[in-house]
Amino acid sequence: MRAFELSILGICFFAALIAAGRAHDDVFAIHCLIAAAAAAFFFYRRMDASERIDYSATGYADGVVRAGVIATVFWGVIGFAAGVYIALQLAFPVLNLDLPWTTFGRLRPLHTSAVIFAFGGNALICTSFYVVQRTTGARLISNDAAWFVFWGYQLFIVLAATGYVLGGTQGREYAEPEWYVDLWLTVVWVVYLVVFGGTILRRKEPHIYVANWFYLSFILTIAMLHIVNNLTMPVSFLGSKSYSAFAGVQDALTQWWYGHNAVGFFLTAGFLGMMYYFVPKQAERPVYSYKLSIIHFWSLIFLYIWAGPHHLHYTALPDWAQTLGMVFSVMLWMPSWGGMINGLMTLSGAWDKIRTDPVIKTMVVAVGFYGMSTFEGPLMSIKDVNSLSHYTNWTIGHVHSGALGWVGMISFGAMYYLTPRLWGRERLYSLRLVNVHFWLATIGIVLYAASMWVSGITQGLMWREMSPFGVPVWSFADSVAAIFTYDLIRAAGGGMYLIGGIIMAYNLYRTVRGDVRAEAPMHGATSDAPSSVAAE
Amino acid sequence: MSTYETLRHFADTWFLLAMTIFFVGVVLYTLRPGSRSTHDDIADIPFRNDAPAKGFDDRPSEQLKERENG
Repeated sequence: MRAFELSILGICFFAALIAAGRAHDDVFAIHCLIAAAAAAFFFYRRMDASERIDYSATGYADGVVRAGVIATVFWGVIGFAAGVYIALQLAFPVLNLDLPWTTFGRLRPLHTSAVIFAFGGNALICTSFYVVQRTTGARLISNDAAWFVFWGYQLFIVLAATGYVLGGTQGREYAEPEWYVDLWLTVVWVVYLVVFGGTILRRKEPHIYVANWFYLSFILTIAMLHIVNNLTMPVSFLGSKSYSAFAGVQDALTQWWYGHNAVGFFLTAGFLGMMYYFVPKQAERPVYSYKLSIIHFWSLIFLYIWAGPHHLHYTALPDWAQTLGMVFSVMLWMPSWGGMINGLMTLSGAWDKIRTDPVIKTMVVAVGFYGMSTFEGPLMSIKDVNSLSHYTNWTIGHVHSGALGWVGMISFGAMYYLTPRLWGRERLYSLRLVNVHFWLATIGIVLYAASMWVSGITQGLMWREMSPFGVPVWSFADSVAAIFTYDLIRAAGGGMYLIGGIIMAYNLYRTVRGDVRAEAPMHGATSDAPSSVAAE
Repeated sequence: MSTYETLRHFADTWFLLAMTIFFVGVVLYTLRPGSRSTHDDIADIPFRNDAPAKGFDDRPSEQLKERENG
């Protein structure tokens, strides 16, 4: 088997070198060189003949989860930093540096992909591997395949990020990587599905816990969305450029069918899987209502898939499709709030933990922001509201209250839960630093969202104001000048969130090293000593 | 009728009905009487698998003995 793997890697190495030499453009050539370097790196690693026993003291395949935690924190800090930088570019365009590689247009997809796919994706992959083992009583079906998913996904991230900076893009929202990167991700994703689904199939529990339903729907739906949205025809098999299989309004609808369900199934369903495992574990009590969680799941997946057209109000898309998107978005209120109530009420009988345990506090604020952004979203999908909010900063504010508030905070909570347990440490390095992180992040989000509401409504009102002669009162540049202060507040909020992320990275690093900070305890918090470690 | 119209008609009628019946069925099945104990049992899953079930634990036997004793 090892000889087979080595020969495949060797063939990949030489094929990539040849393709680099014959490439039609720089992006493709550089990507081939990166692929060749990756093949050489794994060839070298695989030459080590000793069997890697990867099962930690827990008996589960946790090595790949540990790697995922590191990757999540690493890409998180990078993604936040990129976001703060481009936020400052909007206030001070001179920060473009007048170089093609550092323009807003290239760094913006770098930021979105880094936070959604690199930070969020790694968080989802590593927690899903952790959770599926703990809720089935079975080890992952293949440790090697899980490691392939991990490294394959990191290669996807590197190819995507370098592609954007070099100017290789499909120009499709949240799906910017070019055709060959899409194909690579498809391979990685199919292996991911096999590892996750295969582990569920050999479960020792008769029932499949609800978190796994959410994770599985995330994996399956993203596979479907990714493949359909990326149906393209490459101009050449040795060049990066490709053209979409769809044209005009069909292409637009395909993109937003993908784009909104990336929100629904990547940023919502996947992270709900996280919520349904880590909130009960950290609160040390089962989910408030298991029945509600099942209804939450089925309502969410039945409704979300139709909501995409609300991104295309007042466009060439047929009116009935716009209205359909709006109606389904409004209906999404119900399952979203049902899920939020289920998450929050899991704490019933243990409300004191919000005061004493900063990790629970982080998770509760995450669920709270899940509720708030799933209230704001349906509101903005109503056509009359959308005519004011669309194309303005309100949309960006909404996305960030969901991304920073819900996705970010629930992931931070999961990382704080996982790190001491995965490395067999008695507790986190410092709970007080968790508390500092919590407040920096929360205040940062509030500054961000509030300034973007004002900024967005200002833009919307200025753009629609007409003189009695039917001429716009304001030029576009007027509206840019009007929001300068809000741009600064937004960058400050993002900056606080970034500093919080760096503090988390430091706290987790010291935890892994086994250090414990000498500090006064915080009201007898439970996460001082992970119960699973203490019990052994 | 064009392919579009045929598919559109099917989606608007039979498939819509099938999806609605499936969804309502799932909700009713979830709320069925007597399911409480099953659901309580499932909700408890996260709290009982801190170590793998038998057959998945291939740690060295000394370690396992330690676990049984400890």
